[in-house]
Amino acid sequence: MLNDITLGQYLPGNSAVHRLDPRTKILLMIAYIVAIFLVEKMPAFIIIAAFILAVTLTARIPLNYLLKALKPLRFILPLMFLFNLLLVRKGNLLVDWWIIKIYDEGIKNAFFIVLRLSTLVVGTSLLTLTTTPIALTDGLEKLMAPLKLIKFPVHELAMMMTIALRFIPTLIEEADKIQKAQLARGADFESGNVIKRAKAMLPVLIPLIVNSFRHAGELAMAMESRCYHGGEGRTRMRVLKLQWGDLAAALITGALIAAILLSQRFLF
Amino acid sequence: MPIVVEKLSYTYMQNTANAHTALDDISFTVGDSEFIGLIGHTGSGKSTLIQQLNGLMQPTSGRVLVDGYDMNDKKQRAKGRALIGMAFQYPDYQLFDSTVFADVSFGPRNMKLDEAEVKRLAAEALELVGLDPAEMMEKSPFELSGGQKRRAALAGIIAMRPKYLVLDEPMAGLDPGGRRDVLELIARLRAELGCAVIMVSHSMDDIARSAERIIVLNNGRIRMIGTPEQVFADTAELTEIGLDVPKPMQLAAMLKQRGAAVPDGLYTEESFIEWLGRAVKHA
Ligand SMILES: Nc1ncnc2c1ncn2[C@@H]1O[C@H](COP(=O)(O)OP(=O)(O)OP(=O)(O)O)[C@@H](O)[C@H]1O
Ligand SMILES: [Mg+2]
Repeated sequence: MLNDITLGQYLPGNSAVHRLDPRTKILLMIAYIVAIFLVEKMPAFIIIAAFILAVTLTARIPLNYLLKALKPLRFILPLMFLFNLLLVRKGNLLVDWWIIKIYDEGIKNAFFIVLRLSTLVVGTSLLTLTTTPIALTDGLEKLMAPLKLIKFPVHELAMMMTIALRFIPTLIEEADKIQKAQLARGADFESGNVIKRAKAMLPVLIPLIVNSFRHAGELAMAMESRCYHGGEGRTRMRVLKLQWGDLAAALITGALIAAILLSQRFLF
Repeated sequence: MPIVVEKLSYTYMQNTANAHTALDDISFTVGDSEFIGLIGHTGSGKSTLIQQLNGLMQPTSGRVLVDGYDMNDKKQRAKGRALIGMAFQYPDYQLFDSTVFADVSFGPRNMKLDEAEVKRLAAEALELVGLDPAEMMEKSPFELSGGQKRRAALAGIIAMRPKYLVLDEPMAGLDPGGRRDVLELIARLRAELGCAVIMVSHSMDDIARSAERIIVLNNGRIRMIGTPEQVFADTAELTEIGLDVPKPMQLAAMLKQRGAAVPDGLYTEESFIEWLGRAVKHA
């Protein structure tokens, strides 16, 4: 029933992209987003596409995963396309039929927005495809470390994220077991109106919540009995260290931004 | 009419790269008020099998008939499921209501009985498992001890008056005293309600003491099926698939090695002690 949910989209691997420091990947992703917003002329998307393709191939990710990343956008993309196509009233009028008026600027805008959104989503999905959630939180914790100066609980936040990620599969499994136990006692989750169905979920939700509080209590006890006392002075088992590959990746992404800016200036 | 399992197979995550055949061509029947012990190594498919019995999972191929109701059929499944009481390994997966009494009433209420009947069944079930119904009207299930929770969970199931009681490791995590209590409780329920019992357990001693027939699963297939005498006679085969024989039999085998004339088939503590008493008297 609940077994079909796959969590996170990390694809295990050991490619150069996988091995990059999570901090590098997060920063470069921000740079990549900036690059996309620097694009002003359509042909520059060719450079972005080439970049995505290169990263995907280096990471040895099957190309259909890029399409999968776009799946959540399958309704919003066509909608955006249509809105821009029909509502932009600038440039030369190309089609004028009944209430439909299409201008050349509209067509341009429509393609532009779709390309921008999809490259944005596909590119950022490469980060989550090649980085474990744990590495991501590690990287975020390190990057946000300066915020500690203003008493922002960076470590606690990262620990909470790590624990939450760790417990998601456990909770899914438990929800499945509880659901079965109640089905065996004749519970009916499938008939009746919305309110009735929501009420029918109570026998599942209550044990689930009670159990998660129990897990939380036990985990807190286990952590404290192993002397956990927050982030202060805590060392790490896996120390993040920048390698040459990180520098190379930074240079390549820098080159991407430069290529976009220069090509827009001189080529197209 | 009994439970009939016919050529049942089940594959987890079928049609994916991770497909895993957990059950392969299983056939057996469960007679009225029979006590069946289901044993097998960890991962041999016991839990998967018993979840097929009341249609919580549907087989990949083959079928289960409960008193003639085909559990593959959505309409008949509800009727078959009403005949089977299924207790899961951990009571925490089941208890939810504000009081134990209300929780035990959940099953009968789902059977759409009238309120007085629901109350009567719940009170009787609590009585049977040795919890005081009046006290349980006020007590939250989350205030109970581990052993009491298990009793409450069992009560929630027998309140539905199942014809077949299916138990997945009902004694897991209990101390020896608690194990004996639950085992005795199961025997008493069976005697008073006349229900058949299908029990999964890792303890050969518990199985030897209670089961009339034993099914041994190995890698999703039935490796042996028969009375305790028949199954435990084949120590070599059980050892090969990573199972023990009951402790009295281990002891008997050791005595035999030293030259004592120990008869076969002493697989319960009681029978072993009885034999030992006689042997010592004659010596
Ligand atoms: N939800 C699932 N998805 C995929 N495979 C599963 C799932 N549940 C169980 N399996 C696999 O099916 C096989 C049988 O599992 P099952 O839980 O039935 O074993 P079991 O005999 O009850 O073991 P145990 O004695 O440890 O409870 C195992 O190999 C297990 O890895
Ligand atoms: Mg099991």
